[in-house]
Amino acid sequence: MASFMRVVTAIVAKDLLVEWRTKTAIVASLVFAILVLAILYFARDPTEVSSFAVAPGALWVTFTFAAMVGMNRAFFLERENRALDGMLLTDISRSAIFVGKMTANLLFVFMVELITIPLFVLFFNVSVLARLPALLLVVAMATLAFVAVGTLLSSMVVRTRFAELMLPVLLLPFLIPPIVGAVQITARLLHDRPLTEMMGWLKLLGSFDIAFVTLAILLYEVTLDE
Amino acid sequence: MTPKDAALRLARRGQIVTILALVGLVGVYVRAIVYTPTEASQGLAQKIFYIHAPVAIMALGAFLVTGLLSLVYLWLKDLKIDRAAASSAEVGVVFSVIMLTTGPIWGKPIWGTWWSWDARLTFTLFLFLMFVSYLVMRGSVLDPEQRARFSAVFGILGLVLVPFIHLTVYMFRTLHPDPVVIKPSGPSMPAAMTQTFLLSIGVFVVLYVGYVMQRHALAHLEALHEEEALGDS
Repeated sequence: MASFMRVVTAIVAKDLLVEWRTKTAIVASLVFAILVLAILYFARDPTEVSSFAVAPGALWVTFTFAAMVGMNRAFFLERENRALDGMLLTDISRSAIFVGKMTANLLFVFMVELITIPLFVLFFNVSVLARLPALLLVVAMATLAFVAVGTLLSSMVVRTRFAELMLPVLLLPFLIPPIVGAVQITARLLHDRPLTEMMGWLKLLGSFDIAFVTLAILLYEVTLDE
Repeated sequence: MTPKDAALRLARRGQIVTILALVGLVGVYVRAIVYTPTEASQGLAQKIFYIHAPVAIMALGAFLVTGLLSLVYLWLKDLKIDRAAASSAEVGVVFSVIMLTTGPIWGKPIWGTWWSWDARLTFTLFLFLMFVSYLVMRGSVLDPEQRARFSAVFGILGLVLVPFIHLTVYMFRTLHPDPVVIKPSGPSMPAAMTQTFLLSIGVFVVLYVGYVMQRHALAHLEALHEEEALGDS
């Protein structure tokens, strides 16, 4: 167990260090997120629909796109110079590699989201301060769902043709439950509704996380070439 | 018998089964139009139910078979099973298209709209899209063994996703008629309607089997062809 955690930390540290030195993916994801937020603000009839009404959807569409842009990065990084093969040649456990990559992705996407939230508050003129812990919880739960399935699928698509195109096509069906759930909860949070009205969706998000994180860790080994 | 002959024989048998199913389908139409009473409130529009509901059931069944075969593939690692899973998915996609076109034809006169974001409709649409992406992904992997593994992983993920999507769209809202056929108090339609409906389900089961047999034979021939091409080069 100790060595499992060591491998995970080593991979996370390596991924974040590479990202810190280049800052390409994080800057690209952030600029992308800001552009999507701005476009979604204008993508409505201002006399019919208030920006407040579209705010929850805009936030989650932005997060989804930004997460996908960032996630494509994870295994492309390992494909260069066949770095993944190097890792697989050592006798470290495959699930440790996966959990490491997944955690690095999780931190990366979460970082993009944390920077996007203040901009969202600014652009859409909503106040989230009072419900901030609850909002962060939902963001964390939904992001875990995005990243678990996303990391597994991106480990497969890097080895297919049209890889950049394949990830969204394969991943989006799996993001339907977490996105719909997160939008419903966010909308209720922005309207200051009581917790009981969100419980159903929170349970859905929670069980989705448990099911797909487990499944992704179990299935990762199958995706690797012998 | 060579593998090629075996595949060709399977294709021929599949053709026979398909023809039988198509004859049965004509029987269902005749029975539905001539011998089955017309529904009181919906009128003739309800006749499409004898196609729409069975084809929807079989589309879901086909996807279920794909998911289960994906599990079996990871266990046995036999490419034949992967090809069967793919064949079932393809037939499921065809049946889904029939379901998604007959639905609006009924929906326009009865609901007053071609499309509605009703729970069951949305659910089947998402399921359909997921299996289209399954087939798209298969097309983007060249190595048969790798393709089989990736497809199996995707199929299993899909199998687990289905209940979540179902829950999601139901928590949103539903408009479909409540269950009419399978419910504790028994079917609430005349016996003649139930019989036509059950007959139609039977016919679509046979049609599914016929299609999958043919598609599976074709997939086998494709694999043989690929092997030959690789052997030559």
